[in-house]
Amino acid sequence: MNERRAAILFIAPALAVILLFFLIPVCASLLLSITDFDIYALADIRNIRVIGLENYADLLRNPLFWKALLNTLYYAGVGGPLTVIVSLAMAMLVNAKTAKWKPLFRTIYFAPVVTTIVGVAVVWKYLYHPRFGLLNRFLGLLHVPAIDWLGDPRFAMAAIIVLSVWKNFGYTMMIFVAALQSIPEELYEAARIDGASAVQQFRHITLPMLSPTFVFVGIITAIGFLQLFPEPYVMTGGGPVNATLSLVMLMYEQGFKFWRMGYAAAVAFLLFLVIGVVTLLQLKAQKA
Amino acid sequence: MKKVAVNALLVITAIFTVAPLLWMISASLMPKGEATISPPRLLPSVPTIAHYHELFVRMNFGRAFTNSMIVAGSITLLSLLLNSMAGYAFAKLRFSRRDRIFSFLVAALVIPTQVGMLPLFLILKSVHLVNSYWGVIFPSMATIFGIFLIRQFMLSIPDDLLDAARIDGAGEFRIYWSIVMPLARPVLVTLAIFMFMSAWNDFMWPLIVLTDSARYTLPVAVANLVGEHVQDTELMMASSVLTVLPVLILFLLLQRHYIAGIMVGSVKG
Repeated sequence: MNERRAAILFIAPALAVILLFFLIPVCASLLLSITDFDIYALADIRNIRVIGLENYADLLRNPLFWKALLNTLYYAGVGGPLTVIVSLAMAMLVNAKTAKWKPLFRTIYFAPVVTTIVGVAVVWKYLYHPRFGLLNRFLGLLHVPAIDWLGDPRFAMAAIIVLSVWKNFGYTMMIFVAALQSIPEELYEAARIDGASAVQQFRHITLPMLSPTFVFVGIITAIGFLQLFPEPYVMTGGGPVNATLSLVMLMYEQGFKFWRMGYAAAVAFLLFLVIGVVTLLQLKAQKA
Repeated sequence: MKKVAVNALLVITAIFTVAPLLWMISASLMPKGEATISPPRLLPSVPTIAHYHELFVRMNFGRAFTNSMIVAGSITLLSLLLNSMAGYAFAKLRFSRRDRIFSFLVAALVIPTQVGMLPLFLILKSVHLVNSYWGVIFPSMATIFGIFLIRQFMLSIPDDLLDAARIDGAGEFRIYWSIVMPLARPVLVTLAIFMFMSAWNDFMWPLIVLTDSARYTLPVAVANLVGEHVQDTELMMASSVLTVLPVLILFLLLQRHYIAGIMVGSVKG
């Protein structure tokens, strides 16, 4: 058996899986989005009609879609940068020469990353309970009046953002730690000899040296955050008054609860579009 | 002074980070109603495993635990085989358009998995795989990330070693199985942990494809329980512990290998 034939046999199973269960469905999704595929088509495929861009037009007229889009952008636009800032701060702390027990702290900060999101979302749901939750009880000691974190449309998404920062910051912190360690120590020594302050060193050495890492971290964080789903599903059901309804949740509800699969596919494609645009903007920002 | 400030911040953040997890464990061991009394208790007055008992005996959580093990275990084993074969070929075997296919796959990483979920459901429904373990396992058997991880590692295996084996008359499959795979053990361990954890933690796809409660994996079973037993704080915490603790322990035991995987993704990405 020659090398080429062997290679084809080696990649065929994995490529078949990726094609069949991922790439072909993605393309099929585009086709699905221009049909009125609904529960009647599910029963009998002959009930399907091609309706062009009607699903997209419907969506753009639907206030619920705009609500879900704005919610998702709010969640990713606040939660993403917050995660990056917290993780950079913690990476610098854990990397500081004066820090003790570094491996222990790194492990602790990373632990939430590996936990099951559904499990910890349930835990946080109780931490946020207006009467019995530990958060309000703690704030009560400081004489802050009780807040219904998940029941008040003004706070519900912010509460989910805090959970997400807690869950995710350890991951980006590890990436920043590795990047910080790769900055040559001589740069800092030279700066100190020239009398640069700690803040100046941070601004003129650390930040520029980290810029490729920022782009990578920014892109993967944004892609992850734009796919918000389990947290609202478990904690709020998308409420109160749709304050935590995300695009993926809208897709799930339309597609798998009401079986309006053509309509849901259009939501999925608009999500894809949003992710593409956000990714491109970040790549562009790096070059600028 | 600076040293005190740095370490104090580290300790405060660490407390904030572990507090929800410790409270989860503590509340799961409290007698019924104790997690919601005033003034609040941080530790159970009398630790009890009654809620775990109830989960296993009355809520069928033993079944969900087994389902999660079967699904995550199968995905891990199958993905090790498929991803390592493909990753090896992309790293070491010469064939036409190899690098173009590989770059195409890497570019496809930005496509969110949810985009394909609707047609995937219809495809699996047409072949009667909805509500079966296979419906969860098949789509995760090979992943672009897995192929990428393996390929990056295998690039460092010297070509001379493989050519020498070829001259000795070893077949391509034998080279892969007896020479390459033993050398790749570190990356295989990393990939195995990654795949097991992501399969164990996965929620949306199992929620969609598993319709019968006897097939639910743990996250789906927990989400389902929230709807019915939301008042039962201690019971809910026990269900979270059952779901979260296995992966947390796995991470604590094997964290070095896990973190190695993240770094391959980030540095080369």
